[in-house]
Amino acid sequence: MYKYDEVDHRLVRERVEQFRDQTRRYLAGELSEDEFRPLRLMNGLYVQRHAPMLRVAIPYGHLSSTQLRKLSHIARTYDRGYAHLTTRQNIQFNWPALERVPDILAELAEVEMHAIQTSGNCVRNTTTDAFAGVAADELIDGRAYCEIIRQWSTLHPEFAYLPRKFKIAVSGSADDRAATQVHDIGLHVVKNDAGEVGFKVIVGGGLGRTPLVGKTIREFLPTRHLLTYLDAVLRVYNRFGRRDNKYKARIKILVQALTPEAFAAKVEDEWAHLKDGPATLRDEDVAHYASFFTDPAYEPLAANPDSFTGPLASDAAFAKWVARNTRSHKQGGYRSVVLSLKKTGVPPGDITAEQMDAAADWADRFGFGELRVAHEQNLILPDVKESDLYEVWQLARQHGFATPNVGLLTDIICCPGGDFCSLANARSIPVAEAIQQKFDSLDYLFDLGDIDCNFSGCMNACGHHHIGNIGILGVDKNGEEWYQITLGGSQGNQTAIGKVIGPSFAQADVPLAFEKIMNLYVEQRLAGERFIETVRRIGLEPFKERVYAKSH
Amino acid sequence: MQNLIKNDAVTEDAWRLIRSDEESFGAAEDVILPLAAWLALDPAARSGQAAPWLAPDADLGLLLPVLAQLPLIAIDFPAFTDGRGYSLARLLRERYGYQGELRAIGDVQRDQLAYMAQVGFTAFAIRDDRPAEAALDGLRDFSDQYQATVLQPEPLFKRRTQR
Ligand code: HEM
Ligand code: SF4
Repeated sequence: MYKYDEVDHRLVRERVEQFRDQTRRYLAGELSEDEFRPLRLMNGLYVQRHAPMLRVAIPYGHLSSTQLRKLSHIARTYDRGYAHLTTRQNIQFNWPALERVPDILAELAEVEMHAIQTSGNCVRNTTTDAFAGVAADELIDGRAYCEIIRQWSTLHPEFAYLPRKFKIAVSGSADDRAATQVHDIGLHVVKNDAGEVGFKVIVGGGLGRTPLVGKTIREFLPTRHLLTYLDAVLRVYNRFGRRDNKYKARIKILVQALTPEAFAAKVEDEWAHLKDGPATLRDEDVAHYASFFTDPAYEPLAANPDSFTGPLASDAAFAKWVARNTRSHKQGGYRSVVLSLKKTGVPPGDITAEQMDAAADWADRFGFGELRVAHEQNLILPDVKESDLYEVWQLARQHGFATPNVGLLTDIICCPGGDFCSLANARSIPVAEAIQQKFDSLDYLFDLGDIDCNFSGCMNACGHHHIGNIGILGVDKNGEEWYQITLGGSQGNQTAIGKVIGPSFAQADVPLAFEKIMNLYVEQRLAGERFIETVRRIGLEPFKERVYAKSH
Repeated sequence: MQNLIKNDAVTEDAWRLIRSDEESFGAAEDVILPLAAWLALDPAARSGQAAPWLAPDADLGLLLPVLAQLPLIAIDFPAFTDGRGYSLARLLRERYGYQGELRAIGDVQRDQLAYMAQVGFTAFAIRDDRPAEAALDGLRDFSDQYQATVLQPEPLFKRRTQR
């Protein structure tokens, strides 16, 4: 993991003091509500339905056990004993008092954490594959570049007041697990024919009101040019992105208005002046950052020890959990464990202080003191020996962390919705729970297999409903909560925006609609065909007919 | 307007900012004019100095032929959340080598100053209703930064590996 040096520490402390003073001036009436808003947002502080909400950055989802213990301490001391993991690998506290936020930030700074640019119209937390560095299918470990981007974007003097928020995601694996095609910039770490490492640059993806899949503007950018090229993209956006209408202010609208080709040409013009300038990365610079992301001291182990295969054969519940909640590891004899935060009855992504402490202990005891946050709102122990899995599973079960549903229909990505968010059209949490209850038979869920179900409480799309294989969107009909269902969305290599199947449903009817959709899938699927594949093959029409058929 | 920060101190302002084309000014006054008015000015007809102020979407190309002779350029911030002026400042300094005074005008307040200084502003006309004395502290919010900037062209990552 990256370790702060003296300068990193100093800058974060200075930001805490700056924010402390901004808060003081606001409370003293020296800053108006309108003036304080962008300043607090740039430090992750929203004012929500019940209280302020503080979003803390977890850079590219990496977390140490020490940091997680600090987060649990904050949840206990300043909040109500829990927090919420977000779809951008961050963590949110829902009930802190405004006056105490500077103290929370000071505590976070002690463990090399902050809330810098977790909101506001600036460059946000860079995200990546939660399995970076340990995934068996990884081509290139992109984490050194994530840290380089994090530092470049942190307190960037030119780009603090962009037209709108700006999100960058990096992927280094064959299978894109970082949703790079729905980010303002998506970077794929790739190798060219000469074996040189570089980036494929995708811009203008995004969800929200205008869901768009990003466009490739450069097939290969040598890594040394990363920062000068990013400066060029951001400068074009900063100067020419729309500022008159916040719904048309994302870079995707600029790219669409200019056409991707013309946008790319503008970036190239700008870049011609910046290329090879002072921000060009030298090999030693990249090596410096890469040195923080070396492998931990893995033991040379044989895969499939008896202590793993024994329980696997004798304990069906354990086998189910292994099948869904663990992933293959590049190192033989190890696996990555996904601790599911999608237990029925608990808002998706919510984690208690006790769970945080327990997970931190397991990271120390069974791994190397590191954890990851996945954008699917689960927590990950990246390095667990296969021989320890049975014990980890038992512990995880005791702590409500072992629902064996990762990647299944009930592993719902869900925004906070109307229970917490003032922008919501409808509540999301109770509806997600109703769906989880409807599909409470594990055998049936396993039979349905991989299904991404994503849920947003309004068209801002915090829950990524557009890229759910099955998506739900809360809509307002004359003050009532209704729900629109989309099918066919997907993230990853075949990113697609889902299509609405028809008129929206009343809250009570959503689980039934889900049941009809799943029944049709089971009837129609070919052997081994996943839900999304069936939807792609047969199209929306049969699903529409089934769901809206007049029942007698 | 005497709410100007320059050279790390609150100073008297020798220039008068002319916001609109209708505003009149004397031939001996040092004035900062809207770009179009400044371009139309006949320098032979006056004894005072004249400088342009730029809207955030200004075309810098119009200034390039005379950049070296300009004593001052002001960039307007219609709202403090409008970040275009930061890019204009950098372009003037880094790409076009402008050396004179670069002044931020408009909605300019304490919390922008650290960033403005980094991108090349050397003078800050603090919004009238805010005390410039208090805003001065804004210049001292940060003791370093990660990026290559006008004030510090060597990005932190290079200074790190050179140590
Ligand atoms: C509770 C308070 C929240 C508020 C007021 C809020 C507000 C918003 C708004 C207004 C947007 C749309 C911005 C745009 O289209 O430019 C947005 C997008 C987004 N939010 Fe939230 N949000 C909240 C919570 C969350 C949470 C808890 C998550 C994670 C689970 C989240 C993840 C996202 C993501 C990933 C997007 C990006 C969608 C895109 O790419 O356009 N938000 N949010
Ligand atoms: S999608 Fe809408 S309801 Fe859900 S958190 Fe975002 S803004 Fe709130």
